[in-house]
Amino acid sequence: MTAQAKEGRPEGAVSTPPSPAPPAIKLVGISKAFGPVQANKDISISVQPGTIHGIIGENGAGKSTLMSILYGFYKADKGDIYISGQKTEIPDSQAAIAAGIGMVFQHFKLVENFSVLENVILGAEDGALLRPSLAKARKSLTELSAEYGLDVDPDAIIEDIGVGMQQRVEILKALYRQAEILILDEPTGVLTPAEADQLFRILDRLRDEGKTIILITHKLREIMEITNTVSVMRRGEMTATVKTSETDPAHLAEMMVGRKVLLRVDKEPAKLGDEVLAVENLQVTDEKGVLRLKGVSLNVRAGEVLGIAGVAGNGQSELLAVLGGMMPGSGTIRVNGQEIDLTGKDSNGQTRRARGIAHVPEDRQTAGLIMEFSAWENIIFGYHTDEQYQSGVLMDNSGIIKLAGEQMDRFDVRPPNPRLSAKNFSGGNQQKIVLAREIERNPDLLLIGQPTRGVDIGAIEFIHKQIIALRDSGKAILLVSVELEEIMSLSDRIAVMFDGHIMGERLPSETDEKELGLLMAGVNEETA
Amino acid sequence: MDFLTILQVSDSSIRLAVPLLLACLAGLFSERAGIFDIGLEGKMLFAAFFSAAIAYVTGSAWLGLLAGIAGSMLLSALHGVASITFRGNQLISGVAINFLAAGLTVLMAQAWFGQGGRTPQLSGDARFTEITLPFAEALRDVPVIGPIYYELISGHTALVYVAMLCVPLTWWVLYRTRFGLRLRAVGENPAAVDTAGISVIGLRFAAVAIAGILCGIAGAYLATALQANFVKDMSAGRGFIALAALIFAKWKPWPALYATLLFGFLGAVAIRYQNIQIGNFTIPVQFMEALPYILTVVILAGFVGKAIPPRAGGEPYVKER
Repeated sequence: MTAQAKEGRPEGAVSTPPSPAPPAIKLVGISKAFGPVQANKDISISVQPGTIHGIIGENGAGKSTLMSILYGFYKADKGDIYISGQKTEIPDSQAAIAAGIGMVFQHFKLVENFSVLENVILGAEDGALLRPSLAKARKSLTELSAEYGLDVDPDAIIEDIGVGMQQRVEILKALYRQAEILILDEPTGVLTPAEADQLFRILDRLRDEGKTIILITHKLREIMEITNTVSVMRRGEMTATVKTSETDPAHLAEMMVGRKVLLRVDKEPAKLGDEVLAVENLQVTDEKGVLRLKGVSLNVRAGEVLGIAGVAGNGQSELLAVLGGMMPGSGTIRVNGQEIDLTGKDSNGQTRRARGIAHVPEDRQTAGLIMEFSAWENIIFGYHTDEQYQSGVLMDNSGIIKLAGEQMDRFDVRPPNPRLSAKNFSGGNQQKIVLAREIERNPDLLLIGQPTRGVDIGAIEFIHKQIIALRDSGKAILLVSVELEEIMSLSDRIAVMFDGHIMGERLPSETDEKELGLLMAGVNEETA
Repeated sequence: MDFLTILQVSDSSIRLAVPLLLACLAGLFSERAGIFDIGLEGKMLFAAFFSAAIAYVTGSAWLGLLAGIAGSMLLSALHGVASITFRGNQLISGVAINFLAAGLTVLMAQAWFGQGGRTPQLSGDARFTEITLPFAEALRDVPVIGPIYYELISGHTALVYVAMLCVPLTWWVLYRTRFGLRLRAVGENPAAVDTAGISVIGLRFAAVAIAGILCGIAGAYLATALQANFVKDMSAGRGFIALAALIFAKWKPWPALYATLLFGFLGAVAIRYQNIQIGNFTIPVQFMEALPYILTVVILAGFVGKAIPPRAGGEPYVKER
């Protein structure tokens, strides 16, 4: 089947549109249900060879299910798959690989302590013995690297190399298996802007060499930047397929959500008040003895959003953890002019809350919520000793459930059922539960980490509005996010973290993604 | 301590290390594939009973060995079905296997032979006999090399040589073959194996089956080579010591040999020096016999430096979307 896939692109298929080249992939009437949930409803799509086809849609729209069917993880209930015009059955991943389909998952499927070479041949060995396979792979890896500009060291161990290179290994894995069709699932989620640009150059080159690429993403900018055509999925259905050149982000967002969506955050200029948070020379050492914060100083004033940008793992998480009382540190932190304890038994979430600090942790599933507990229990955690929740020596459960229901209404949590376990809500609604808990306390300072990670575009809009509303009511907000767009649109001031330092502060109106990207990579052009 | 004593203690160390080594390699295959196996003990015990019983009935140690392997693999299959097919908790499955084996072997022995839960003494061909290697007698009087060859290298049962060969064989399979690459991968990141189009379940069952074979040989060795019958609980915690050795060896074949030899040596010392005098104080024999177990605790308490187990160890593989 590989041979057929290879012939999938006759010469000049792109330049002469009327050429009857069979589509690289054609799906006809694909349906898939999981119990009562219809994940894919009668989906038909056709992708021309040598093009990049984007698929966008909210979480749960069915993108991943569709790609899993194409890669043999699931079997469709109904519908047919045609690869290069040939009807193809794909019962398992082996068949998908044989049909020339390669997949780069959002979470890489690499063996961490294997070398690049070992990862590349895994499952594609030539015989029972490794030596000849490794030698052959080394040779063809060198060729592939040169051909597509995919630079990797074949002998490097996966856990020692950066995510950008790990992703290149995933692409090489697919190419080594002679994939003609490459599916990438949210490929830029873990990359810095510079790495993402590099990826796009690679994808461009792959397209020029005749490969067909399917790009699944929720970032509209990427769709606009690199795809030829784009399909929009909503609630298991393919709502539209359009030429990228004939659409725009606002229109795509509307098709995704089913209503008009505000992509830009509407906000008034900040009305700055007194300094609420002042951090001086903050240092933090983690459990392994590694210095994570190397003397951070910053301040946030009332009515202001300070955005902390940076590639994950440069100390932002530790900054939030120390401020939130989850980790000890040294240095000084003053809230409303009063110093707070950074070590000892008075340094914890409870005392922080008493000082007017609310914290929406980065990882809502492990630190923000107890997934097995119901929404009403989650919505009072940390505040459960408050007078209003007590009834004698017991807790006033029915009263709490009623209050929780009202809060969930106000924060548009769907479904607004306080008795449902946290794990049964979607990512966006889980986040709204956490936000409801923290914002409704009317804190002086809100610490908020990755507010929209894994959250749908509709919910993002709501969450952003809540953050701005809190700022406009004169509260101080410290926002940590790896999404540069989010930082740019919400912040009144941006601080970029790199390797435990603040690399620099910028005003959103006076900077751009390029400059911030350089700062995130540790390059400060002003001081250089 | 003279040269001959050293040789004899070393010789004894090897004999005692062999069941540990086989069980340790069994654990290595299983755990490298991501299946924790604390049922090594039970499998050895099961194999010991079946090999002793069948060897007695048929009069052939080799048939006994086969029966032992079959018995051990039966429990392996059980562990596989529970922890791979039904994604059960691997520790609980292993504990259950140990209990099952401890009870069932005595019960079957009593029902079959009526000798108080043991099997009758084996003799002649029903036992593995010691093999004298060629030229052992002739070389015996050559200084240094002669005694080493005669005392230490020659004069073991076939199973000892099998166990020793298993070490390089395991290394080769693990690091030089496609199967080994996939086996190691499945214990580290089964999702990588799955998306490469290889069956995670198939690989894990294969690993568990190999563990069954090796435990089977270990059990047969206990009952038909080291001893001459099956007695209640004769594995005496060796399965657990093998697990400690596996951690000590950081899941690698050659270090597994060294680790098990160390445990074997401690056992040999305990047997040979029942009462060691230090001045007026006599170290009690119980202490000497407890030494391997004490070392086990020390090793498990993490005094050997950081040992990183296979990353997917103990977790059933669930295909994610």
